Amino acid sequence: MAGREFFNTETSILNTKNLQAGFFIGGKFYPAIEDINIEIKPGKVVCVVGESGSGKSVTALSIMSLLPKENGSIQEGEILFEGRNLVDLSQDDMNEIRGKDIGMIFQEPMTSLNPVFTIGFQVQEVLLNHLSISKSEARERSIQLLRQVGISRPEEIVDEYPHQLSGGMRQRVMIAMAIANNPKLLIADEPTTALDVTIQAQILELIKEIQKKMNMAVMLITHDLGVVAEMADEIIVMYAGQIVEQSDTYSIFYNPKHPYLKLLLQSIPRLDENRERLDSIKGIVPSLTNIDRTGCRFTDRCPEAKDECRQISPQLAELGGGHKVRCLLYKESYPTEKAVTNR
Amino acid sequence: MRQTKDDILLEINNLKMYYPIRAGFFQRKVGDVKAVDDISLQLKYGETLGLVGESGCGKSSAGKTILRLQNPTEGEIIFQGKDITKVKGNELRQIRREMQMVFQDPYASLNPKMMVGDIISEPIRNYTGQKSKDLKDEVMELLEKVGLTSDTYYKYPHEFSGGQRQRVGIARALALRPKLIIADEPVSALDVSVQSQVLNLLEDLQEEFNLTYLFIAHNLSVVKHVSDRIGVMYLGRIVELTDKNSLYEEPLHPYTQALLSAIPIPDPKKRKERIVLEGDVPSPANPPLGCAFHPRCKHALPECKEVRPLMKEVKPGHQVACHLY
Repeated sequence: MAGREFFNTETSILNTKNLQAGFFIGGKFYPAIEDINIEIKPGKVVCVVGESGSGKSVTALSIMSLLPKENGSIQEGEILFEGRNLVDLSQDDMNEIRGKDIGMIFQEPMTSLNPVFTIGFQVQEVLLNHLSISKSEARERSIQLLRQVGISRPEEIVDEYPHQLSGGMRQRVMIAMAIANNPKLLIADEPTTALDVTIQAQILELIKEIQKKMNMAVMLITHDLGVVAEMADEIIVMYAGQIVEQSDTYSIFYNPKHPYLKLLLQSIPRLDENRERLDSIKGIVPSLTNIDRTGCRFTDRCPEAKDECRQISPQLAELGGGHKVRCLLYKESYPTEKAVTNR
Repeated sequence: MRQTKDDILLEINNLKMYYPIRAGFFQRKVGDVKAVDDISLQLKYGETLGLVGESGCGKSSAGKTILRLQNPTEGEIIFQGKDITKVKGNELRQIRREMQMVFQDPYASLNPKMMVGDIISEPIRNYTGQKSKDLKDEVMELLEKVGLTSDTYYKYPHEFSGGQRQRVGIARALALRPKLIIADEPVSALDVSVQSQVLNLLEDLQEEFNLTYLFIAHNLSVVKHVSDRIGVMYLGRIVELTDKNSLYEEPLHPYTQALLSAIPIPDPKKRKERIVLEGDVPSPANPPLGCAFHPRCKHALPECKEVRPLMKEVKPGHQVACHLY
């Protein structure tokens, strides 16, 4: 087992280990994510799915070490990026990695671009920060990048301001900035949520195309199971700050194990079938300050809950074939001594 | 009068809603944003008509204009056989009893300083002059109808989750027992696992109160689930209007085809070749001549650039505005 783990760290580009991060609210620490183990290999697309409050964005922010300084902090665990632990790095070292080895795209292309600088300036900034090239070279390169992400007349767009572009175009600019330095890992947090479906289709195609061409690893965060089915090689399902299920795309959609995932798949209206009535999940997603941390966090909403679900906290356990689940319906999920000491 | 399924509750003829663009010192009118540009449709008693389209296509403007929250530039709105396009004052007030709205953002559409009980009874108090305390039983019954407990009567909006707030919004819309409910993106602000609860509720209430819905949304999967018939809008115009199954099985308009193919389906076996549209939606202040979709259309004919296509019935019950047919 130890040998295999070692092997994994070597080939994977990103590997988080027992990551726990959260926020101080009123002097008390509330973990927003707990026990997060994610491994991403080069050239693979890993999708993190979950509803609002599930901790998917906090996971991404922790990896980039972009949690708000005032009250956010990583309490436990390691983030190994190419074998280096990002948790221990200084902000300066982190600045080296961010935008160079790890690129990111955020949800809101409107708020992620600075309205008072030209598009060209902002793309060049990414290049000039990490490469020793002249300004004119950077300008040339940024025009190339804009062309690469499918912006027509990039020679003119470089001198325009963000407000002159549509939402889809702005998101293309964000992608151009994210891939400017050929990153090894791209983290995309809800990259298409603010866009219309026809524009979403364009952007997803673009991300796929670039990912293939550059053999980049992608961590895609979304709540849209449709997007996930299109893009993912591997899927991580999060609920209330924990990973509840993890497997390859086919197993997640055709052989879901966790009652939450099963219900979620049943409760979305689908274009390709006619359903008389949607199944629904009762109750609501618990908020950060009122998650019940003993037992399984889905108990109150779960139709298959047993009494012991309230007392025993299930472990994320492998059922075979790389399919992992955190649910007491599966005997593997009962905490063992090994699991308890596994940190 | 008992209505049958074939009676028409709402009829819209050539409705236009233009917003003036003003500029300069004298605020002279320099143009129009053609938010709704000549749409016609009919709603039968008890049916759900979905209006879908991307942002800026005029679907919300259409909804607001039908409710007469703004005055249409041109066209007719006939509600229960009566032309309400020009009615004013008390007459309009009385008509509004029959048509209510459910809004998108359950956080912004409830007054944070009012108790839920008062929010829901306000429309009734408004029309009948009754006191809140006399309406308590009625309001509590409504709360239970929308799946909330009756003790929520005394709570304030901030104490609820998004899904619960949307239930309050629905209860308020139901308070006057309207015939028509215009729901503008009622589930798009909600979490996926909560969306289905609200969609199911809307369906149950439709049956119980014999409601007619105009359901406005951008999510085609949701619209398909709730609607009987669907109108697809593009740049202020309805480009295709038919029952939901023919729309999804046999979309005729190239825009509808592209829109449908753009939607990711939650099934990895159905990863598909999609029609990826070039470019963005043009500005409704300056829509292209002829067919508004022609600059992005693969099948555009020369006449598409000049002649605006009219809605035609190309198959029974299947209308499309496209020169290809």
